[in-house]
Amino acid sequence: MSVQMPGARERKAISLFQRDIVWRALLDSFKKLDPRVQIHNPVMFVVEIGSVITTVTWLIQAFGGRPLGGGSEPAWYTFVIALWLWLTVVFANMAEAFAEGRGRAQAETLRTMRKETVATMRDGSTKAASELTRGDIVIVPAGELIPGDGTVIEGIATVDESAITGESAPVIRESGGDRSAVTGGTRVTSDRIEIEITQEPGKSFLDRMIALVEGAERRKTPNEIALNILLAALTLIFMIVVATLRPFGLFAGTPISETTLIALLVALIPTTIGALLSAIGIAGMDRLVRRNVLALSGRAVEASGDIDVLLLDKTGTITIGNRLASEFVPMPGVPESELAEVAQLSSLADETPEGRSIVVLAKQYGIREHDMSTLHADFVPFTAQTRMSGVDVDGRRLRKGAGDAIIELVSREGGTPPPELQAQLVRIGNEGGTPLAVSRDSQVLGVIYLKDTIKEGMSVRFDQLRAMGIKTVMVTGDNRLTAAKIAAESGVDDFLPEATPEAKLALIREQQEDGRLVAMTGDGTNDAPALAQADVGVAMNTGTQAAREAGNMVDLDSNPTKLIEIVEVGKQLLITRGALTTFSIANDVAKYFAILPAVFVTTWATTPGGKSPLHVLNVMGLGSPRSAIVSAIIFNALVIPLLIPLSLRGVRYRPIGASALLRRNLLIYGLGGIIAPFIGIKLIDLIVHNVLGA
Amino acid sequence: MTLAGWLTIVLFAVILTAIAIPLGGYMAKVYTGERVFLTPILEGPERFLHRVLRVDPRREQDWKSYAKSLIIFSLAGWLLLYLILRTQDAFFVPHALNPRGFASAPWNVTFNTVSSFTTNTNWQYYNGETTMSYLSQMIGLTVQNWLSAGVGIVVAVALIRGIVGRTGKSLGNFWQDLVRTILYVLAPLSVLTAIVLVSQGVIANFSNYLAVHTVTGLTQSIAMGPVASQEAIKMLGTNGGGFFNTNSAHPFENPTAFTNFFEMLMVLAIPAALVFTYGRMTGNRRQGYAIYGTMMIMFLGAAVVAYIAEAHGSPAQHAAGLHTHVISGSTGGNLEGKEQRFGIAGSALFDVVTTVTSCGAVNSAIESFTGIGGAVPFANLSASEVIFGGVGTGLYSILLYVLLAVFIGGLMVGRTPEWLGKKLEAREIKLAGLGILITPLAALLATALATASHAGRESISKAATGPQGFSESFYAYLSQANNNGSAFAGYTGFIQPSAGNVGSHGITFADLLGGFVMLFARFAPILFALAVAGALVGKRVTPAGLGTMRTDNPTFAVLLIGVIVLVGALTFFPALLLGPIVQGLTSHLY
Repeated sequence: MSVQMPGARERKAISLFQRDIVWRALLDSFKKLDPRVQIHNPVMFVVEIGSVITTVTWLIQAFGGRPLGGGSEPAWYTFVIALWLWLTVVFANMAEAFAEGRGRAQAETLRTMRKETVATMRDGSTKAASELTRGDIVIVPAGELIPGDGTVIEGIATVDESAITGESAPVIRESGGDRSAVTGGTRVTSDRIEIEITQEPGKSFLDRMIALVEGAERRKTPNEIALNILLAALTLIFMIVVATLRPFGLFAGTPISETTLIALLVALIPTTIGALLSAIGIAGMDRLVRRNVLALSGRAVEASGDIDVLLLDKTGTITIGNRLASEFVPMPGVPESELAEVAQLSSLADETPEGRSIVVLAKQYGIREHDMSTLHADFVPFTAQTRMSGVDVDGRRLRKGAGDAIIELVSREGGTPPPELQAQLVRIGNEGGTPLAVSRDSQVLGVIYLKDTIKEGMSVRFDQLRAMGIKTVMVTGDNRLTAAKIAAESGVDDFLPEATPEAKLALIREQQEDGRLVAMTGDGTNDAPALAQADVGVAMNTGTQAAREAGNMVDLDSNPTKLIEIVEVGKQLLITRGALTTFSIANDVAKYFAILPAVFVTTWATTPGGKSPLHVLNVMGLGSPRSAIVSAIIFNALVIPLLIPLSLRGVRYRPIGASALLRRNLLIYGLGGIIAPFIGIKLIDLIVHNVLGA
Repeated sequence: MTLAGWLTIVLFAVILTAIAIPLGGYMAKVYTGERVFLTPILEGPERFLHRVLRVDPRREQDWKSYAKSLIIFSLAGWLLLYLILRTQDAFFVPHALNPRGFASAPWNVTFNTVSSFTTNTNWQYYNGETTMSYLSQMIGLTVQNWLSAGVGIVVAVALIRGIVGRTGKSLGNFWQDLVRTILYVLAPLSVLTAIVLVSQGVIANFSNYLAVHTVTGLTQSIAMGPVASQEAIKMLGTNGGGFFNTNSAHPFENPTAFTNFFEMLMVLAIPAALVFTYGRMTGNRRQGYAIYGTMMIMFLGAAVVAYIAEAHGSPAQHAAGLHTHVISGSTGGNLEGKEQRFGIAGSALFDVVTTVTSCGAVNSAIESFTGIGGAVPFANLSASEVIFGGVGTGLYSILLYVLLAVFIGGLMVGRTPEWLGKKLEAREIKLAGLGILITPLAALLATALATASHAGRESISKAATGPQGFSESFYAYLSQANNNGSAFAGYTGFIQPSAGNVGSHGITFADLLGGFVMLFARFAPILFALAVAGALVGKRVTPAGLGTMRTDNPTFAVLLIGVIVLVGALTFFPALLLGPIVQGLTSHLY
């Protein structure tokens, strides 16, 4: 599934093959040969030790000595094995280096923004930006960089945040409310604001972001640790298998050289997944960054694959932010066009989206737009007390507003609201809409039906989530009736009506008590407790500093539907690990069939100097024993770079249900993993044996 | 191959399932403390035993406490058995219980035997009828047959409780579980089995050995003894230690084709039933069905291969132009080392039944099997006794494999792997991985020591040359590491010139190495299994959804088979190549 959100922009993937990335990665691949680096990866550490031993053996042979552990292997054979073992380690390092290289390139761009700026304090003194600490108050005029993360405490300004979000249109930041947070490194483009710094020196959002994309703060996630333990256990088993093969061979009159045993060991231990494991983790983080999401820990990315319940705010996520006029309902005896005209006139000065939508709807009734200046109209703005707005034209009072407010007004004017009005108000309310009554002097003309408009494609998306095993819960401040209506229409699984921050928090806790993992998005300060409680809390970048600190991810696009993509990235991460582990282990079957008949080529031959009965197991028909072993080792090494693109891209996730997905991946990576090396080793053998004459 | 042969195999699978389902349900009730139809009769003895043992059955034990009780109990059993066997001719032993006046076997052989019986292995370097007194057989070996079986079962029960438990740390109470296992499960089944066996001609007496004059005018000594009671628990407890040296080929242990069929059923009854117990205790019987299906498919696979291979005959037979097809009065095939009354199918199936479980009883000579037929028991042992397996051991071992399969499969569906709702993390993977690793590690290292050293090669039979010598050694330690006890005969640790142990001596190397391998490969996995239970119990349970990998459907069964086969094959393939496989590929006789 590819859930491309409307409006979600993907940062351009930095190509793997940019020149500087390649050079840096190649260099790093060799730098990482340092055993102090390798020891963190038990599988590759074993390979490196094997490389050292075979290299020493070759050197001994090159100077005319006998190979370690006896045997009659020629020096060139030892050399070729040693070479490919080193390459195996280098390829593994390369995978990690490429993954890091991509992140580093992104970090470079960010770092250019962390230029040393001088902050102007409220008292007029100046201070270096890097010395700002929590509680400092700075003043930033138009055209200057904001010196650090903070909250606007005074003023309103437009801020260009393109440096971190990639979005070129400036955004408004103002004191109070949910749009008060500013990020260091962004630029004020108009007005001037006072900012209270909320970060400690060196721990700004930008610093964290750089560290994250660079992988500098990367720690192994719990699942990665568990998998590493499994790989170490497999490595241990194979070490015993190979170590005992030597006495077994001697019993059968077949001494096996150290070099061949090491080659067998390296072929058997799960080098493929061992080499790619950390690259997979780094790439997962990188995929989120490209979707403009910053995960503050690898753990959060993993948890996002496990999400069981998704809390979605109704407004802005399921419905487009505002209610729109969808119908004029005239009272008996009132022509519809008359209602439409009055509704339009009363809304001309109403700049709210609702007001504008009334004008748009009226157009469909053939009502021309009036020229405001020729009307001699007095506009009556909406107030919380009157709960209506309108216009006085030619002495007539046109009003629209809440049903009861209009009824009161009309009654005061001496009119009688028709009984039909009450019926319509109730009906629209029940249907989840908002009714606005329209009056002219003492006469009620009708009702405007304002409707919540559900975003396109939501029900498809909820179906997909359901197929992923994720339950969606709509959170709204609406009453139960309205909420139920919208929930039914959008296809969301459940809803929480009349939601308060406390109710949200309680819902999350309740789900977690039942063992479910909960994800949510939020932007307001009052969302902060729920964001902190949720297993995956995605804070909108437009949100308050409190929200951004409470969540464990920040969405720079501030797109609440981004959660679905985040879940996908989390799942991909785990699938890629599982698939490559399966592939890696399944590969061993073919390697046995390549190496063992080669090792036991004359073992227990029934005629002196004849072939072993085991020669029939050379099912691939490999050219010679040495070519067989060398080919298996070359395959084992080459498969790592070949799988680097897959591990960086991730195995595709399809919401087809767990069992179908398991069958599919077992078939591709399990069965495929058994078959592929038979073909690969044979092809390499054709070259090694026939072309190189080994 | 005959229709009767195939029917034997099919009928066996059907009847086994029909027995295992209700027995599994019954055992689930026993271990969850529900009343069963035997409760009115047995609750008195149960209370009495608790009083004697001075235990409070209501005291809940966490995994460490459970393990501690288990180790203390097994250690005490070990010491007691050692004492009994080493004093079998002491002055206080009544003559009636040692009518032949047998001296004790040497210390090293006794060490091996004691370790063997307390670990449910029943590997025997000794011949029952020339080594053991009736007393040793009855209160020594038979008692351990009961207790070691009980220990295996309670570990499986404790692991299930760990997997299922949602609160606290308790895995139940070791003593209560053990007492219940013996009273409610083993005792009633043993009584039934013994009665059936006696009715078919299995002996049960304390007579001195009979001296019989044969038609050729010679005198033959016929061994007697209290066989039926030991035979019953030998099968039910997947022990496998024969009263007589020839084990289940002996007519007093296994007189007819019917007892052969019946004994096979009794071997698998409890291991198969426990799988259904697991399903019941998890609250989703399909969990049990998936594992049962996994086991049954692998079991039938082994049985079919063994049957076809033995019915087809050996390459040597074909090379010599001998008849191997069915002719009147003969079942055809490779009859070397087989009893006519069991035939090819009855021997091949018995071999599979006793090597997939930790029973290790034999009714035919495994070393006389064809190359491929002989590779089947090797393969069964290489799968680490998880195809039904020993009583309890089979279930707890396969559950560790299930854990690994869930981990790998769970990743592939894109969630942190969950098993019955519990998230699998580093600790569980570490413990399960180590638990699975022990048996192969012990088997391979011991075989390496035995084949590389002169002391080890002493044990190989003089007749064995080439790969046969390797096969014998490898099988010996593979069998002991798996606590199986069957032998690719020939490999010995006991030199006994005449009956009664006078002048006999053990081969210390083989006796001690085997003994330590059995103890290590029995108790280390038990501790890991209990530790896994301890790590899982009380973990928060996530309700299953569409995105959760299911562990109760055929897809999972396939994955599980794949993991078991792959781990077994990758671990043992090189060693198998040098033994049975090379022998199977050549018509040369070794």
